[in-house]
Amino acid sequence: AARMLLRLLSDVRWRAANPKWRRMTCSRQSTSNTAEPHPVSLPAQAQVVICGGGIMGTSVAYHLSKMGWKDIVLLEQGRLAAGTTRFCAGIVSTARHASIELKMADYSNKLYQQLEQETGVKTGYMKTGSVSLAQTQDRLISLKRIASSLNVMGIPCEIITPKQVAQLHPLINIHDLVGAMYVPEDALVSSANVSLALATAASRNGVQIHERTSVSHVSVQKGRVTGVETDRGQIQCQYFVNCAGQWAYELGHSGEEPVNIPLHACEHFYLLTHPLKEPLASNLPTIVDPDGRIYIRNWQGGILSGGFEKNPKPLFTEGRNQLEIQNLQEDWDHFEPLLSALLRRMPDLETLQIMQLVNCPESFTPDMRCIMGESPTVRGYFVLAGMNSAGISYGGGAGKYLAEWMVNGYPSENVWPLDLKRFGTLQSSRTFLRHRVMEVMPLMCDLKVPRWDFQTGRQLRTSPLYDRLDAQGARWMEKHGFERVKYFVPPGKDLLDLDQSKTFYKPDWFDIVGSEVKCCKEAVCVIDMSSFTKFEISSTGDQALESLQYLFSNDLDVPVGHVVHTGMLNEKGGYENDCSIARLSKRSFFMISPTDQQVHCWAWLKNRLPEDSNLTMEDVTWKYTALNLIGPRAVNVLSELSYAPITPEHFPSLFCKEMSVGYANGIRVMSITHTGEPGFMLYIPIEYALHVYNEVMNMGQKYGIRNAGYYALRSLRIEKFFAFWGQDLDAFTTPMECGREFQVKLEKGMQFVGQEALLEQKQNGVYKRFTMFILEDHDTDTDLWPWWGEPIFRNGRYVGKTTSSAYSYTLERHVCLGFVQHFDEQTGEELVVTTDFINQGEYEINIAGQRFQAKAKLYPFSSLFAHRRRKDEVELSGYQRE
Amino acid sequence: FYLTPPQVNSILKANEYSFKVPEFDGKNISSVLGFDSNQLPANAPIEDRRSAATCLQTRGMLLGVFDGHAGCACAQAVSERLFYYIAVSLLPHETLLEIENAVESGRALLPILQWHKHPNDYFSKEASKLYFNSLRTYWQELIDLNSGETTDVKEALINAFKRLDNDISLEAQVGDPNSFLNYLVLRVAFSGATACVAHVDGIDLHIANTGDSRAMLGVQEEDGSWSAVNLSYDHNAQNEHEVERVKMEHPKSEEKSLVKQDRLLGLLMPFRAFGDVKFKWSIELQKRVVESGPDQLNDNEYTKFIPPNYHTPPYLTAEPEVIHHKLRPQDKFLVLATDGLWETMHRQDVARIVGEYLTGVHHQQPIAVGGYKVTLGQMHGLLTERRARISSVFEDQNAATHLIRHAVGNNEFGTVDHERLSKMLSLPEELARMYRDDITIIVVQFNSHVIGACQNEE
Repeated sequence: AARMLLRLLSDVRWRAANPKWRRMTCSRQSTSNTAEPHPVSLPAQAQVVICGGGIMGTSVAYHLSKMGWKDIVLLEQGRLAAGTTRFCAGIVSTARHASIELKMADYSNKLYQQLEQETGVKTGYMKTGSVSLAQTQDRLISLKRIASSLNVMGIPCEIITPKQVAQLHPLINIHDLVGAMYVPEDALVSSANVSLALATAASRNGVQIHERTSVSHVSVQKGRVTGVETDRGQIQCQYFVNCAGQWAYELGHSGEEPVNIPLHACEHFYLLTHPLKEPLASNLPTIVDPDGRIYIRNWQGGILSGGFEKNPKPLFTEGRNQLEIQNLQEDWDHFEPLLSALLRRMPDLETLQIMQLVNCPESFTPDMRCIMGESPTVRGYFVLAGMNSAGISYGGGAGKYLAEWMVNGYPSENVWPLDLKRFGTLQSSRTFLRHRVMEVMPLMCDLKVPRWDFQTGRQLRTSPLYDRLDAQGARWMEKHGFERVKYFVPPGKDLLDLDQSKTFYKPDWFDIVGSEVKCCKEAVCVIDMSSFTKFEISSTGDQALESLQYLFSNDLDVPVGHVVHTGMLNEKGGYENDCSIARLSKRSFFMISPTDQQVHCWAWLKNRLPEDSNLTMEDVTWKYTALNLIGPRAVNVLSELSYAPITPEHFPSLFCKEMSVGYANGIRVMSITHTGEPGFMLYIPIEYALHVYNEVMNMGQKYGIRNAGYYALRSLRIEKFFAFWGQDLDAFTTPMECGREFQVKLEKGMQFVGQEALLEQKQNGVYKRFTMFILEDHDTDTDLWPWWGEPIFRNGRYVGKTTSSAYSYTLERHVCLGFVQHFDEQTGEELVVTTDFINQGEYEINIAGQRFQAKAKLYPFSSLFAHRRRKDEVELSGYQRE
Repeated sequence: FYLTPPQVNSILKANEYSFKVPEFDGKNISSVLGFDSNQLPANAPIEDRRSAATCLQTRGMLLGVFDGHAGCACAQAVSERLFYYIAVSLLPHETLLEIENAVESGRALLPILQWHKHPNDYFSKEASKLYFNSLRTYWQELIDLNSGETTDVKEALINAFKRLDNDISLEAQVGDPNSFLNYLVLRVAFSGATACVAHVDGIDLHIANTGDSRAMLGVQEEDGSWSAVNLSYDHNAQNEHEVERVKMEHPKSEEKSLVKQDRLLGLLMPFRAFGDVKFKWSIELQKRVVESGPDQLNDNEYTKFIPPNYHTPPYLTAEPEVIHHKLRPQDKFLVLATDGLWETMHRQDVARIVGEYLTGVHHQQPIAVGGYKVTLGQMHGLLTERRARISSVFEDQNAATHLIRHAVGNNEFGTVDHERLSKMLSLPEELARMYRDDITIIVVQFNSHVIGACQNEE
């Protein structure tokens, strides 16, 4: 049955387009090989080999060749654009939640629009616009949030009434709608032809394309790609790009050195109909009805409609070749809820004749974001896959970013949310992926609310205290597979209600977290922070110190026992990691990084530390349980447990000491917290964890100790204006831009990565500034809560977006953190942001279309601190992470 | 007016009964997992009966459905008595002696059967003494006859059927001083009943059938689909062998009058039955019994009426046809049901519906549009129906109930149509019998693991 579609969708156009690039490849070949043009033999070597001739592979080839890389071979096991690319619905939609995804989709749209003119290949590009419907007020809020993002990016978009929806589409039933979002520039394309057009252009630029050639594995030597093995011979290469779509996981595992690409395919169904009696206009907007879980576009006078059901059918769990893509069955019973939703949305379609139900598998990732970037284990091995059914929307932009990454070393935008290195081996169990994608696919249509947690694939990594904390009412969230406590539900509270707190407004844990915060400020709390990534770096001589001095911006040549907060910067001075490093001895360092840095930071250091058997780095994350004692009475608890003087004279701030706690010896105690409150971090060898926890809780009783979770921590750090890597800080943020000059020692006597860039910034000023906003006219009880990604307006003009927000129980106000930029009013050119510029503005934060007045601050409230410290000391601990 | 779904359910579920064979030490050592049974009346009162019991002195389980005609008296008596006759026929000599000695000396009797009864399945208290005496006479004769051989199940079943029918006939001829009992035994004898009885012991399944109820085995094929295997032959005019048998037993001169309008002597649908002495006794005997009987009997036109062309009685027998089947792991369940079910459903559908119900897998043929012209609306209708079919499975906790729901409510697409179900169930008493017959169903579920293990032992 699918073969029929193959013919229908693009064979005709394929033939029209195909000879063009084939002729070109042939003519190019004919100079070298006149005797036998077919089949074209593979070259013995190339700079880049791309595997996969779908939208991703062709887009990467297109962009690489445009950027000047010519020695590229693209291999496709079947025919170009024959996989998911051929079957997908061809909707280009910019309505995305994450701003990087939004940018990719916007770029794709613009690229496709001019592609036909550029290549001469008909792409079927049609600017139809799209209408996303809201059946509920919550959905409308969600759409308004997207709309405000789109607007500040300059993408036309408006929130419209149901009546306006009816004017845009003749068939639509609007009686159950509360509103909609209209994006007039969204488009439709023939996805296979877009892919062919990209291939044609790439081929013109010199890219060699070989169909019916499959890659069996990638050869690796000394952690670098050296070539690929195919069924038609070997190609030596420096770079390999895995764009194998749903086969990317398997291909990644085919070599001796496995590359984990966590994605999993699910069946995806859409319906094709015959034309209506009065055929639908080809410029009719695409309808997305997320509450009905469906999308509807016009297709050759009829409609094409598919959706994301609640009960997806994962497939290819055991690997490929159980079923050929072309032989996948239509499953009408499975499609029934979506068909019902379609007929409810467009009742007049009842009499429309069915042409086909297409089963087009799509690949999904564990967090619903695509996967791009270089493998942490194999250099030169790049990946672009796992599009979560938005391959056409992302194709252009994703290909561009990956090409930039390969050519320039890093893309022009922060793509950390999409970086392959956000995953590790722990996300590549087939069982985990199978279960997780069954949750992810329905999420495509679910309401995206703040503080959402995945339910599947949980309890993978846990602290030894998990059961103890769980028994005390802990509610959990997950980070990089690690279970972390959000907050503790006091006995007697209704738990069911708490677990279902999906809201854009004030959540039901508000008071619970409030009391945890209060305890942190007035007494003492214990927070299990074991999920942090922990490395130990040591050497026989000075190698460790020398290497780290070069890789980190702060001065690490401190006396033994000191802790240093420092950024791990890239050449542009941007944060690759933000960590604290304790000097354990002259020659060994203990480094603590955010949880999700485990793979990225390891790869970054591995690639930059010198090859020296006398220099060792070990991941000791699993060896230590980390407890944070936080609050003014923490010092009392600790001193009673250790019989050691913990006074500031003996144990100053930013100090690290091995000591005994209770019966347990060798506990690494550091006088740091991650919130600016006084307190200690205890790094406990895991077998002592339960003992130390019990001792702390027993001893702490008289000081009013209680458990606390990450929500309390978050509120504390944000009101203290502490930035968090991965949320506020990224590879495009420098210490200068977030008021952390004090963590940079520009004159530490030796060069370090990013130094030049920072020096330049110091001289010329910064183009964005991390700023804290206190919402003024915001009613916590009745107004929408900020989240992150809200546009910031200064004197009515857009200047940036928030990166995180929290309610401050101390200020009794919402606090948003974000970056302010300065765009020239006429040219839009980015200008230097000065302190005056920040201070002399009237600010507003746009939450889902509603603007709230905000007060900007560049420095934290010093009066907030319960413990008076010297200002520089405050700033020294001006670091946090989650 | 329409019945609401809960009303429909309360009607359908009024007589449902389930029994699970208890497990011992976490293991079920019986080849039977349990059974579901149910009945839906069309006659008022219902003329069908059902019985289920575990043999306590021998191994095995007995299950049976009984379809009465000309009243329910005979079916009631057979449902109470037949399993005792079978159990006694199966008992070894020593156990019979032990029981007889116990009765003789007034000691407590070894229990013979453990009944699995729905509260609506009653036993006649008044007749129990009479029934017991007849049964005792039977086992006394068995003791006297002691052949020394182990009892063959097939033979035991045949003997039990014949003996019970004989006793019913004799009790009616002898009468009883108690006028109530006297009338009862006559009603039993003058009404009739078919019987379809299963005896399961390990992998040995025996079906003894008299009349037109039916036993059907549900077999799961390797591909997961379901097929039906008949384990009984209907004794009616549609069965050529049966017609042949009846003709053989009577002179050639009667050949034309024996079977008329597909009925025995133009009157009786089943060709074998309990009771129905009007087709068994000589004309003289019938007249004598009716005349000496109570007035009610005498005044009854039906009992006085002698079948036409009644020359060489008996025309009817209660002797069952016995089929022996060795259970295999693929034999998943047995359906015993009166003709009320088989008239409305094909056995293949019965096998599929029960099979899907029991396995919880609703193996519906996938729909393919192919080259057909189908509109979205038509497809939607079809899909919602298919979904309703699945959800109707979840409504029932009893396979027999589920089957009845389908038997009564199925539309032309083979899915349960609530409207139709509601109509059929709300028919007034006097009309109900025109549209449907009494339906009685027992679904026995087998334990494939035990069967597989038994097979290996053999």
